[in-house]
Amino acid sequence: MKIDFRYDVDKAFEDAKQQRKPLLLDFSAAPM
Amino acid sequence: MWPETRVVRFVNENFIAARAHVKQNPNDFKQYSERYQAPWTPTILVLDANGTEHHRIEGFLPADDFLAQLMLGWARMAFNQQQFAEAERRYRAIVEQLPESEAAAEALYWTGAAKYKATGDPAALKQTGETFKQRYRDTAWAKKASVWS
Repeated sequence: MKIDFRYDVDKAFEDAKQQRKPLLLDFSAAPM
Repeated sequence: MWPETRVVRFVNENFIAARAHVKQNPNDFKQYSERYQAPWTPTILVLDANGTEHHRIEGFLPADDFLAQLMLGWARMAFNQQQFAEAERRYRAIVEQLPESEAAAEALYWTGAAKYKATGDPAALKQTGETFKQRYRDTAWAKKASVWS
């Protein structure tokens, strides 16, 4: 089980508007 | 903090999650870290779909405290959007589910404030002030609520 992160932030905003959900934006430098 | 099951479930149920990674998507990282003045990592923002910031988490936290902060942001958004009964429910969930977390005292304070805003009944503030005499007494939030009782 993991978080469904989007890596295109503009697209994530579009999804948030479409699904009427808030957006959680993670600024990260952690090893991938 | 991210792999913890409760965190994953809470995020996937309630948010669209996006990651601006300094190496993986550096253009988004630069654009959005400048827009939101977030030069440090990790920084997590709770935003509404229009991009308005409602809560900010900076630095690593253990799972319980991180989850409580996420819940705090979710509750704050309802409060800011004047959905006060929903905000009260969300704040109360933090106090009930994560009472030992760093955010619990803040959540208790805002539970009272949200209930007052929802009902107009000053007893909500008095009751919260009384609760602070029993719990979280040595916190800044207890000081803030001390005028309520």
